[in-house]
Amino acid sequence: MFGYILKRLLATIPVLLIVAIFVFLLLRLTPGDPAAILAGDAATPAQLERIRDRLGLNDPLYIQFFTWFGQMLKGDLGTSLISNTDVVSMVADRLGPTINIAVMTIVISVLLAVPMGVIAAWRHRTWVDFLVMSFSVLGFSVPVFVIGYILIQIFAIELRWVPVQGYASPSDGVGAFFSRAILPSLTLATIYVALIARMTRASMLEVLGEDYVRTARAKGVRENVVLFRHALRNAAVPILTIIGTGFALLISGVVVTESVFNIPGIGRLTVDAILARDYPVIQAMILLTAGIYVLVNLLVDISYSFFDPRIRY
Amino acid sequence: MKTLRHTLPGKGTLAAALMATGAMLAPVAAPAQEDEVTLTAVMHSGLRVLDPVITTAHITRNHGYMVYDVLTAVDENFEPQPQMADWEVSEDGLTYTFTLRDGLMFHDGAPVTGADVVASLERWGERDSGGQLIFDVTESLEATDDSTVVWTLTEPFAPLMDVISKQSAVPPFIMPARVAETSADETITEYVGSGPFVFNEDEYEPGVSVTYEKFDDYVPREEEPSWMAGGKVVNVDRVVWTTMPDNLTAMNALAAGEIDYLEQVQIDLMPILESAPGAVVEMRDPLGYVTIGRPNFLHPPFDNKQIRQAALAALGQEEMLATMQGDPEYYNVCGAIFGCATPLGDEAGADIVTGGPDPERSKELLEEAGYDGTPIVLMAPTDVVSLVNQPVVAAQALREGGFEVELQSMDWQSVVQRRAQQAPIGEGGWNLFFTNWMVPEVSDPLINVMVNGRGDDAWFGWPEDTEIEQMRSEFVAAETPEEQKEIAVRIQEHVMDNVNYIMMGEYLIPQARREAVQNMIQSPVPVFWNLTKEAE
Repeated sequence: MFGYILKRLLATIPVLLIVAIFVFLLLRLTPGDPAAILAGDAATPAQLERIRDRLGLNDPLYIQFFTWFGQMLKGDLGTSLISNTDVVSMVADRLGPTINIAVMTIVISVLLAVPMGVIAAWRHRTWVDFLVMSFSVLGFSVPVFVIGYILIQIFAIELRWVPVQGYASPSDGVGAFFSRAILPSLTLATIYVALIARMTRASMLEVLGEDYVRTARAKGVRENVVLFRHALRNAAVPILTIIGTGFALLISGVVVTESVFNIPGIGRLTVDAILARDYPVIQAMILLTAGIYVLVNLLVDISYSFFDPRIRY
Repeated sequence: MKTLRHTLPGKGTLAAALMATGAMLAPVAAPAQEDEVTLTAVMHSGLRVLDPVITTAHITRNHGYMVYDVLTAVDENFEPQPQMADWEVSEDGLTYTFTLRDGLMFHDGAPVTGADVVASLERWGERDSGGQLIFDVTESLEATDDSTVVWTLTEPFAPLMDVISKQSAVPPFIMPARVAETSADETITEYVGSGPFVFNEDEYEPGVSVTYEKFDDYVPREEEPSWMAGGKVVNVDRVVWTTMPDNLTAMNALAAGEIDYLEQVQIDLMPILESAPGAVVEMRDPLGYVTIGRPNFLHPPFDNKQIRQAALAALGQEEMLATMQGDPEYYNVCGAIFGCATPLGDEAGADIVTGGPDPERSKELLEEAGYDGTPIVLMAPTDVVSLVNQPVVAAQALREGGFEVELQSMDWQSVVQRRAQQAPIGEGGWNLFFTNWMVPEVSDPLINVMVNGRGDDAWFGWPEDTEIEQMRSEFVAAETPEEQKEIAVRIQEHVMDNVNYIMMGEYLIPQARREAVQNMIQSPVPVFWNLTKEAE
């Protein structure tokens, strides 16, 4: 197992290297000029040229690349061209809200979706199954911002149970954190509940027809033990894959939800950086996202062996 | 801030897990004291650039007025008034002597001296187009003692006080000399001013939130506040600007009392606030904005004056403004290139653009000019709400006027890069784009970059226009406001005839506040002095 993990971690190096080169070149080929954003609308071409010089944007591409790459190897992701702020601290500031909302969303989604999927499979082709599948279709189909606005209207404006917007860190108080994080987490969870419930149902349907489930029932094992210990464990691999991918998606930024609930997460940071052509920030965000995907996939692969002892690394 | 009526159940274990996950990474807000008065404002954009001299971005200018002070400033009559300094002008108009008032102090406790003023003006003069014109005729600028600055010119520059007192886009903010010695092409890295608020660097998150604290040692002038002039009396302890990219969220937050002030209200969402108890929607920027189209003078077909005139005939302000704003209460058909409510504003020769589109006249002009049907490349940004409609409306109107139009959609950054290209159309060039300005940014011939006719040194579009340059020189030499006005009217007529740019009218953006916030002053630049905030 240790050897496998080491091998996978080493394999991330060429992946991140290719991503770094690709992103660097792609950004330089995209139209746009950070100097123009910095200087504003009335800047003359001569002023823009001088600012580009100062920012190093007029250097040959290979010099720009090796400067950035050399800094990166030392753990320095550079400085924002627009705000003149250290990129590492910018990303660190925004990662907290994003991780907290993502964890809360996944926890809510798993707690709701897995039992829903199991029950839907258990009561296949009954009204319960129909209800779960209907919710699932709704969760997929309704745009996330619509759900967000509906929740705000009901819980923040009509009932006044929670604030309309904003983010508070858990260190500011559990109440403050929950009151602000619950609506965006529920909003995001609607998609993931739909996704995970469908996947759980499909996997369970497959497993519930297996001989060992029939044998367990014939031996008189209680139905909840059959469902959750025998069947669900064997159906877990595709469910874990979906949860893992979903978590990686959430961490890499959910810009619409962040905008609707005014959460200073990395989705907004990325979009703002792209609109301003703030190259160091965009490069850092894409590398971070690639790293998160690699790491989450590794964790998911490792977790397979805990649920399915037949899988060995 | 609103308190919660209910707490949510089941928060024990899950909360602990979440706290453990996020506590290390989450930003921690500094606790405000119980009796502190904090005003929370949602501005039109997030603050990302902290140097108010290097950029013309409005949000950075607004930040500048919080942290820095200015020597002189215009009042609501467009008259320069003393702010940090009084001034005297010699009889020959060549020597301006500024005397700093007593009690001026930077936020680090150092007194403001003449040397700080000189360094700040010199840096500003490298960036600002009006400042550059003054420095072109500057013999010397020196501090003769700690509180006196003498500015000596080689020839009279009558609008000098108007230029250094302007409120936008780049006013000459006064910084400590050590900061102002930074190159004008590099952003400053120390944010110490002598203005009424202190920038809280620890709580600053670029693009997300910025906090200002009252500067207790600031000594306001005794006069009543009037636009950017007069006494800047601060009655709150902290002002927090928070960014909300979604206007509906910001309006809901104001309706719920979570924020105190919203700088820009989206007009189609106004009913939300109009029915919300405790919220007030109002106009506090009396001048508003202009929207304009800029043709490229370097390439066909707009290198031909008659074809530019055809475009002017094809376009109608009412149609454009109605599409942009919807409600006629928030736009103004106005042909004055210097703004309809400014001292130099005049609508001479503007009937062609204020009278509605005239496609037949456009076709006649195109025929006379021998237009060969070459398509016009019209750049259409898709990601800036206030610029999305103009190209679409213009494209249709120009087609009806006989033009072939190629509407090219792109993000604003691509427009910004492409409009700087002088290359022919087939090699990445362009023919026409639209943008917006605040009225104070176009209100006289020295500030308005679109009436610069210096060819390659002019603003994008690069008109080579010796006639307008001659008139601008006459404006600089004019000795009385009457003379200035007469020259401004001639420039107005010239722009309408030569179509240096297409004035598409004025529009207004309402603001909103909680009723508890009182005494906000009328001003084109939103300011946070003078206002008071009562408990709700």
